[in-house]
Amino acid sequence: MTETATTHTLVIEREMPHSPEKIWRALTEGQLIEEWLLKNDFKPVVGHRFQFRRTPMPNWNGIIECEVLEVEPTSRLSYGWGSMGLETVVAWTLTPTAGGTHLRMEQSGFPSEEGANFKGAKYGWRSFIDNLERLVGRLN
Amino acid sequence: MRAVTDNVFRALADPTRRGIFERLARDGEQTVHALTGRAGVSQPAVSKHLTVLKRAKLVRHRREGRETHYSAQPQALAPLVDWMSVYGAFWRDRFDQLENLLKRMDK
Repeated sequence: MTETATTHTLVIEREMPHSPEKIWRALTEGQLIEEWLLKNDFKPVVGHRFQFRRTPMPNWNGIIECEVLEVEPTSRLSYGWGSMGLETVVAWTLTPTAGGTHLRMEQSGFPSEEGANFKGAKYGWRSFIDNLERLVGRLN
Repeated sequence: MRAVTDNVFRALADPTRRGIFERLARDGEQTVHALTGRAGVSQPAVSKHLTVLKRAKLVRHRREGRETHYSAQPQALAPLVDWMSVYGAFWRDRFDQLENLLKRMDK
């Protein structure tokens, strides 16, 4: 987790023993994206608006509204990711390494918390967190 | 709980409201009057923003004479940070699935 003045960014990085070209295909071909991420109507065209779709659940239609922001074949891809009133940006960076590719995913734009007494107040949200955990379980 | 989260996200989607909230969180309790002086918008607009923030439980108010004092409730931001940990788990899981797919693509 990194921090700027107003937002948080989630970063996940992994070394993969595969070429950037191959990973690029998995990130940009709709059928392949569906196999590891979500149903979609993605196209690797800047400005293209698309959706990721999950199984709808009570109070949520399961739709993530997206727009392609950057497409640099085999090196960088980013799209806006809007869901449940939260607007974030998901950016993928592929860097060739000796053994394959370093893959980095950054999801930025999470509102940051302000205020010193924030951490101690988490307990009241236990049930909420449990709900989210159940939700994540259902995403699989 | 979903409604509460929606309210928090919506309340903070607006930069003026975010500004008001951040000011209250940083500087402590203030009146609408004091907030109006610094928000760059009219007093009715500030009051409207405060109503949205109140609905999301991001601010609390108390009356003292003719003035209403507002204070930030930063613990109401908890779902946003928890949201990040949810996405953290989500993406790690998806990375695993991506690796499985890449292995299958070899064949």
